[in-house]
Amino acid sequence: MMGLLETAKISLRSLWANKMRSGLAILGVIIGVGAVIAMIAVGRGASLQIESHISSMGSNILIIVPGTTTSGGVRMGAGTQQSLSLDDAIAIEEECSAVSHVSPELSGVAQVVYGNRNWSTGVIGTTEGMMDVHNWSVSSGRFLTDQDVRSSTKVAVIGETVAYELFGSANPVGEIIRIKKVPFQVVGVLAPKGQSAFGSDQDDVIFVPVTTAQKRLFGTPFPRMVRRISVKARDAESIYLAQEQITALLRQRHRIGPNQDDDFTVRNLTQAMEAAQQSTQAMTLLLGAIASVSLLVGGIGIMNIMLVSVTERTREIGIRMAVGARPRDIRLQFLIEAFLLSVIGGIAGIALGALLSQTLVLLFDWSTSISPSSILLAFGFSGFVGVFFGFYPAYKASLMDPIEALRYE
Amino acid sequence: MALIEAEGVRKVYRMDGVTVEALKGVTFSINEGEFVAIMGPSGSGKSTLMHILGCLDVPTSGRYLLGGVDVGSLSRDGLAGIRNSKIGFVFQGFNLLQRMSALENVELPMLYGGVPSRERAEKALAALKTVGLEERKGHRPNQLSGGQQQRVAIARALVNDPPLILADEPTGNLDTKTSVEVMELLVSLNEEHGKTIVLVTHEPDIASFSKRIIRVLDGSISSDEVVIKHDGIA
Ligand SMILES: Nc1ncnc2c1ncn2[C@@H]1O[C@H](COP(=O)(O)OP(=O)(O)O)[C@@H](O)[C@H]1O
Ligand SMILES: [Mg+2]
Repeated sequence: MMGLLETAKISLRSLWANKMRSGLAILGVIIGVGAVIAMIAVGRGASLQIESHISSMGSNILIIVPGTTTSGGVRMGAGTQQSLSLDDAIAIEEECSAVSHVSPELSGVAQVVYGNRNWSTGVIGTTEGMMDVHNWSVSSGRFLTDQDVRSSTKVAVIGETVAYELFGSANPVGEIIRIKKVPFQVVGVLAPKGQSAFGSDQDDVIFVPVTTAQKRLFGTPFPRMVRRISVKARDAESIYLAQEQITALLRQRHRIGPNQDDDFTVRNLTQAMEAAQQSTQAMTLLLGAIASVSLLVGGIGIMNIMLVSVTERTREIGIRMAVGARPRDIRLQFLIEAFLLSVIGGIAGIALGALLSQTLVLLFDWSTSISPSSILLAFGFSGFVGVFFGFYPAYKASLMDPIEALRYE
Repeated sequence: MALIEAEGVRKVYRMDGVTVEALKGVTFSINEGEFVAIMGPSGSGKSTLMHILGCLDVPTSGRYLLGGVDVGSLSRDGLAGIRNSKIGFVFQGFNLLQRMSALENVELPMLYGGVPSRERAEKALAALKTVGLEERKGHRPNQLSGGQQQRVAIARALVNDPPLILADEPTGNLDTKTSVEVMELLVSLNEEHGKTIVLVTHEPDIASFSKRIIRVLDGSISSDEVVIKHDGIA
């Protein structure tokens, strides 16, 4: 009976004695594990990014836009009709119990001037609800108030990028800027949010009272028109109820008959993001699966080398059997050899995978994330591959007839 | 007391439809402490007999008892256990592991006998001392002469202290001088350590070191006689 440790020592020695061959045998596993690690890191990086976008966008968000889309693609008119008004937003806030905050939005691109500096940016007419719906906060000054909306005051809350472009490091609060030549007083600066899920700079924005935007900045076909309404549901469970309540309310307010299509569309953004998240995860799985195939090929490489090794060492097997090695001792020796090969390949592969994903970060600015579980997975998988593909050669070795083996030249 | 009892041992090889009866039912017994030489022309069945005596193979029919145990009924594991504890092999071609030192080669049987590491090294060194090679313990087989390699192999055969040592043409690859050294070593193992030795050879000079000669011819025993007196090859 031979101990595992003894066997491992013998195995390591014979692997070391054939360095070149052992190296070639594990190359496949190194590449396989490296690919698995790197692919999972890329996939995880993407999904973490989406996750952070979801949380920066705010959770449980519904977006209402004018016009309609049908799934068959026959009518693709979302956003083309002018059917939403500020009063729709007010009615939703007051009547839909599943809704906690509402943010009507009327936006456009405008030239903004301060002194001799100017900057072109997105200007959004909105209400105080914007803060809660889209998780904004101010780093200095204040946000828009109901009072601002009621009296159409000419005040603006500016994003960090706009503040930097117009004011540099100076404090913008209290200063007067001109948006489309209309003077606005800056009352607050937004706390920065960074890039959106679609790569745009979310801090390149100016918020003004929606009523001021309607009257002073953007011409509208009818006076109280807004381009979209963002809504936050009370919680994750009430998001579908909110959707139903809003649809019913707007159909009633817009006097849409039972057989008529909606003239608005309610989009569930969280749902869309979750779908994106799911497809990223599916992608990760797919990439991982493809990479696993190379690991499998690596396993076949190990089997190949082990078969050669068993044949080459037939005489050694005969000698060991003659002095008392049982079939299972021989089997264990070769199995451990294959296992060690594979695990050493796995460790090198993990290093390669880390290097690879780091390279992707540097070259393409992708975000990657190596999780401990993917390392564990790769490690376990390579060990499994070693045992699985090592079993046949080891079994073959253990079946040898000692007399034949001793006679082998 | 009989260490080896063979009763009507037959061995039939079947290859590609051709059957060869290598042993045609041999019956003999060897007592503890004997030194027996098996002689016979090439192809007469000497090696086949040694393989069966060494538990590397089992008879096709007949019985072989080693120390009273019927070997024919044992599993592969059981045979391996007997080879490990009851039998030491010495081969014509030495059969040492090239990657290992002399000491490690001698340790090999103890590895499969579950002897703890430190005890292994001690016993292996003692066995190398018995064959006069303790200062060569770190040498690889290819750094040793043929005679030295065969002595390492003898140390390996001794190390688990088996009652029986089987040697199939142990001097076949050696010159006359080293052959005599190896034979004298076997004689001392027989006389001083009480080992039972069974040796295959076709050289009368080598056989003359033994105390009994069994002649095999065409798978059967043709003669079995005690060597009256021997003084080596003088
Ligand atoms: N594995 C085998 N398969 C088939 N025939 C064998 C095998 N081993 C030995 N033989 C045959 O058995 C006979 C005895 O062989 P062996 O015992 O090796 O003789 P010796 O050792 O006396 O030269 C020979 O005819 C040989 O060809
Ligand atoms: Mg022979």
